[in-house]
Amino acid sequence: MIPVSYKSISQVAGPLLFVEKVRDAAYGEIVEITNALGERLRGQVLDTREGFAVVQVFGSTIGLDTKETSVRFLGETAKVAVSDEMLGRIFDGLGNPRDNGPPIISKHKVDIVGSGINPYAREEPSEFIQTGISAIDGMNTLVRGQKLPIFSGSGLPHNMLAAQIARQAKVLTSSENFAVVFAAIGITSEEANFFIKEFEETGALERTVLFLNLSSDPSMERILTPRLALTTAEYLAYDCESHVLVILTDMTNYCEALREISAARNEVPGRRGYPGYMYTDLATIYERAGKIKGRKGSITQIPILTMPADDKTHPIPDLTGYITEGQIYLSRELERAGIYPPIDVLESLSRLMNQGIGPGRTREDHRALADQLYAVYAQGKDIRALVAIVGEEALSETDRKYLRIAEDFERRFVNQGVMEDRSIEVTLDLGWSILDPLSDSELKRIKPELIEKYRKKRKAEIGATVMS
Amino acid sequence: MKYGRIIRVAGPVVTAEGMENAKMFDVVKVGELNLIGEIIRIQGNKVMIQVYEDTTGLRPGDVVVNTNQALSVELGPGLLSSIYDGIQRPLDVIRSKAGDFITRGLLIPPLDENKKWEFKPVIKKGDEVEAGSIIGEVQETPLINHKIMVPYGLKGYIKEIYDGKFTIREPIGILSTNKGDVELFLSQRWRVRTPRPFIRKLPPDTPLITGQRIIDTFFPVSKGGTACIPGPFGSGKTVTQHQLAKWSDSHVIVYVGCGERGNEMTEVLVTFPKLLDPKSKRPLMERTILVANTSNMPVAAREASIYTGITMAEYYRDMGYDVALMADSTSRWAEALREISGRLEEMPGEEGYPAYLARRLAEFYERSGKVVVLSPDQRIGSVTIVGAVSPPGGDFSEPVSQNTLRVTRVFWALDASLAGRRHFPAINWLTSYSLYTEVIADWYRKNVAPDWPELRNEAMAILQKEAELQEIVQLVGYDALPEPEKGILDIGRMIREDFLQQSAFDEVDTYCSVKKQYLMIKSILMFGKKELEVIKKGATAAQVSSLPVKDKISRLKWTPEDKVDELIKEIELEINEQFNNLLQQVLLQQ
Repeated sequence: MIPVSYKSISQVAGPLLFVEKVRDAAYGEIVEITNALGERLRGQVLDTREGFAVVQVFGSTIGLDTKETSVRFLGETAKVAVSDEMLGRIFDGLGNPRDNGPPIISKHKVDIVGSGINPYAREEPSEFIQTGISAIDGMNTLVRGQKLPIFSGSGLPHNMLAAQIARQAKVLTSSENFAVVFAAIGITSEEANFFIKEFEETGALERTVLFLNLSSDPSMERILTPRLALTTAEYLAYDCESHVLVILTDMTNYCEALREISAARNEVPGRRGYPGYMYTDLATIYERAGKIKGRKGSITQIPILTMPADDKTHPIPDLTGYITEGQIYLSRELERAGIYPPIDVLESLSRLMNQGIGPGRTREDHRALADQLYAVYAQGKDIRALVAIVGEEALSETDRKYLRIAEDFERRFVNQGVMEDRSIEVTLDLGWSILDPLSDSELKRIKPELIEKYRKKRKAEIGATVMS
Repeated sequence: MKYGRIIRVAGPVVTAEGMENAKMFDVVKVGELNLIGEIIRIQGNKVMIQVYEDTTGLRPGDVVVNTNQALSVELGPGLLSSIYDGIQRPLDVIRSKAGDFITRGLLIPPLDENKKWEFKPVIKKGDEVEAGSIIGEVQETPLINHKIMVPYGLKGYIKEIYDGKFTIREPIGILSTNKGDVELFLSQRWRVRTPRPFIRKLPPDTPLITGQRIIDTFFPVSKGGTACIPGPFGSGKTVTQHQLAKWSDSHVIVYVGCGERGNEMTEVLVTFPKLLDPKSKRPLMERTILVANTSNMPVAAREASIYTGITMAEYYRDMGYDVALMADSTSRWAEALREISGRLEEMPGEEGYPAYLARRLAEFYERSGKVVVLSPDQRIGSVTIVGAVSPPGGDFSEPVSQNTLRVTRVFWALDASLAGRRHFPAINWLTSYSLYTEVIADWYRKNVAPDWPELRNEAMAILQKEAELQEIVQLVGYDALPEPEKGILDIGRMIREDFLQQSAFDEVDTYCSVKKQYLMIKSILMFGKKELEVIKKGATAAQVSSLPVKDKISRLKWTPEDKVDELIKEIELEINEQFNNLLQQVLLQQ
C-alpha cells in the first residue's frame, strides 16, 4: 500500500491526534507526523474505524495544530533495524543514534512488539549466575533467563547495585558471549551518565547497547524504549547467540506514560488511575526474558522500579511482582543503618532459585543453609520489634542470641563493598559462620548429615564450644 | 454466504457489519490471516467480536467470516499429556510448524488425526445404547483407560461395531437411531460455554488426598468440591497448585495456567514427566492436561482458557473418573473480562470489573461436583476445582477474592508474613477454613483412625490458644508468662514447625500419606499432653524443651514412609521414658 498523507486532524488532546477522513488505517500502524515547521514526529494508531483513526504521538505535541499538520500512514507496524553493530552504541528512546555515529543499516527489520515465546519452546532456566553479592547469590539466587526486578525507593542505591550486578555477573561453568542492553526510561541525565561512565570504566561499553530516554525527553517515547531494547536483546540472544543482561530503569516512569495515554483516551481506569490492562501490558515486556530450547543465547532481565512512597502494594510493584520471577527488595531502614547493598532478604525472593542451586550448580548445602538463615534472621527481626516494646532486659538468653545473630547477619553477610566480588563458596561459608552461636539441634531446617559435614570443618577451625 | 466487514479495531475487540445469521458466541474468522474470534455482542447489523489473537495490522474493510459454530473443543484420546493454548490449539504442534514464537492465524487440529488407537468395543451388535453409554475403550496412556461414549442427544441400537486400530477420523461403528444411521467416532465435540449435562449431584463426602499436611488434616477439600487459594505474590500460590497437581489422588489433572508466567508452564512440562505417581509409579504427565495461556499471550484467549479446561475435565468426569482442575490464576481471567468489557464500553461495576463478574465466577465454580453421570449405568465421577486468586496488594477485600469466597467452600488463605519467614505452605491456620471438615470426618474415622477428628480439633485448639498467647507475649515478654502458658507456646510451636511446615522441594517431605500425618500429629500431641502434666507437677517449660526426644519428633517429616512406624515406636517409648525421668528429677528437687 502506498503511504497516504492526511491533513484532516480534528483534535489534538494530550498525546493523541484524532484524524478524520482516513482510509482504513491498520491497528498498530506507524504514522509520520509533520508539523507546520516541517518537523517530523512518529506516532502509532490506537483505534481505527472507517474514516477515523486515533493516533498516539511519540514525542512532544508542541507545535501541532489542526490546519497545517499532516499525518502520513506508513502502512507498516513499528519495526527496528537490528545488527550486532549496535554494540557499543548509544541511541535515544526511539532508536536514533545519540552518539553522533551513523544510523544502523541492516536487512533485519524486526517488529518491536515481539510475539510471545511459545511456552512449549521455553527452556527451564537453570544456570546459576554469580553476582558476587551474598544477599543475592546466597539467599535469592539469580539464574540465566530469569526476570528479577529491583524494588527500590527514591534515594536508594539501586543504580549502584544494578551496575555492580552488570559488572560482576558471570556463569561459573561457561565463558560464552555476553552482552548488556541498557534502557533508560525517563531517568535523569546524571543517572544515565553514571551508567555510561560505569560501563566505560569496566570496559563493558563495547559489549553494551544503550537506549536513553531521559526525563527531559518526551514521555510517550517511553512506551517504545523498553520494547526497542528487548527487540535488540532478542536479536543478540537468539540470532547472535549471546547471553544478554537487560537492565530497564525506571519502570515506574513507563507505567506513568501508560496511565497518561489511558487517561487521554477516557478509558475506564483500574486502581489508582492506571489502566485495567496494565498487567497484560507489563507482561508483554517482562515475559520477553527467558531461554529457548535449541538456541544458545538467553535474556536475563533486571528491571528497576521505584515504589511510590515505598509502598509495595502500589499497582506498579504489585503487578510487576505478579509477573516477574521474584524481586530484590531494597530497604530504607537498612540503608539508614549504613548497610550496602540494603537488600531486605525477607522481602526479597527468587522463584527460580531452586533450579539454579544445589550439587553441581552451587553446593549441596545451599538450599537448607539459605532456609535456616532466613528463619533465624526472621526470628531475630521479630525479637527486635519486641525490644522496642519491652526493652532488651526482658528478653530471655535465647532471644538475645537471636537478636545478635540478626545483627551479625546484616553487618557481615548482607553488607559488602561496592567493588567486593564474593565467590559462592565465600558466601556460603560466611552463612555457616553466622550460624555459629546456634547448637546443632537448633538448626531445624538443615538435615543432620549436612550439619555434620559442614560444621565439622568449622568446629575444627574455631573450637566446638561455640556451637552448643 | 455473505461476509462481514470490519468497521472498527480497538485492541482485542473488533466491530464488523453485514454479517448474516450472526448468533451470540459464534466463532468467526477475522481478516486475511483468519484470526479466530467470537461474537460477544450484536447491535442491529453490527457485531462485536473478541479476537483470540493479536489484532495488530487489521484494518477497516477487512473480511470477517462466520463459521456458525459456537466455540467448542474436541474430546477424545490424545488429550492427556498435551499442552494447549486457551482455545485448544496444541502448542507443541504449533512450535514444530511455526517456530519458537507464537504465530497468528494457525488452525491446527487439537488431537492427532493420524495416530491409530487400539479400540476395544465393550458392547456388541444390536445392543441398545443412549447418550453416555460406554461403547468401548482405548488405553490412552498406561494410567488412563479412555472410555468411548455415545455423544449427547443420541439414542438407538448398535448396527455395526468394529474392533481394531483407528484414528479419530475413522468410524468405529454405526448407531441406528429413529432419525437414521449415525457414524460413531473416537472423538466428539462440545461447546465450552455449556456445562456437560449429568443426572444429579451427590454430596462430596470423600476427601481429595493431597499429601499436604495442612490441607488433609486441617482444611481438607473433598472430591467434587471447590477451593480457592488467594494470596499476594510470593506467598506460594503456584507452588501449592503444583503440589496439588502432583500429589492429589485424582485420576486426571487439568492444569490451566491462565495469564501467568511462561517459565512456570515450562517447569510443569519439565518436572511432570519425571515425577512418578505415588501409587502406580507412572509419570504424572500421563494423567495431566495443560492449558497454557501465559500473561503475554492474547487476552481474549485467556478468558476462554478456563472454559476450555473445565470442559475437558467434565469429559473425563463423564467416564467415571475423579478429575481435579487447577486454575492459576482466576484473577487474570477476571482481568481479561474487565479488559474486554472496557473495550465494549460497558458500564463498569466495582474497580472497573464488569457487573457480571460475580455471576461468571459462580457459573464456573458450579461446574465442579461429584455427580451421577448422564449414562444408563449411572456411574459416578467428580470434578474438583482449585482456583488461585491474586488480589492486588494482597488485599482480600477486592471484588475477585470476595466473589470467589462466596462460591467456594474451602479457603486456603496465603499469608505474606508466613511466607516472609519461610513458613511454607504459607497457609494461615487461623483464617483459613473448610466447610467439608465435618462431612469428611467420618471418612477419616473409618479409613485412617477413629480418633483422627478429635486429634485434629485438639491441635487446632492449641494453635488458637498459642496465637492468643503470642499477642500477650508481644506486650509483656515471654518471661512474664506462667509456666503452663509457656508449655502451650512450646506445643503450638511444635505443631507449626514439625507438622504444618512442609517442604515441597524435599524428596520425602513433599508428599506425606494420611497415615503418616496421623502418626505425626498423634506423637506431637502425646508429647504436649505429657508436657502439661509435668509442668503441673513443677517442671519448667525449659526443662521439657531440652528433652532429646523433641528432636526426634522434628525429624519425623524427613523420614520415609516405610520407616515411620519404627521411628514412631521409638518416639513413644522415649517420650514415656524421658518424661518419667524428668518427673522423678523434679520430685526429688522439691
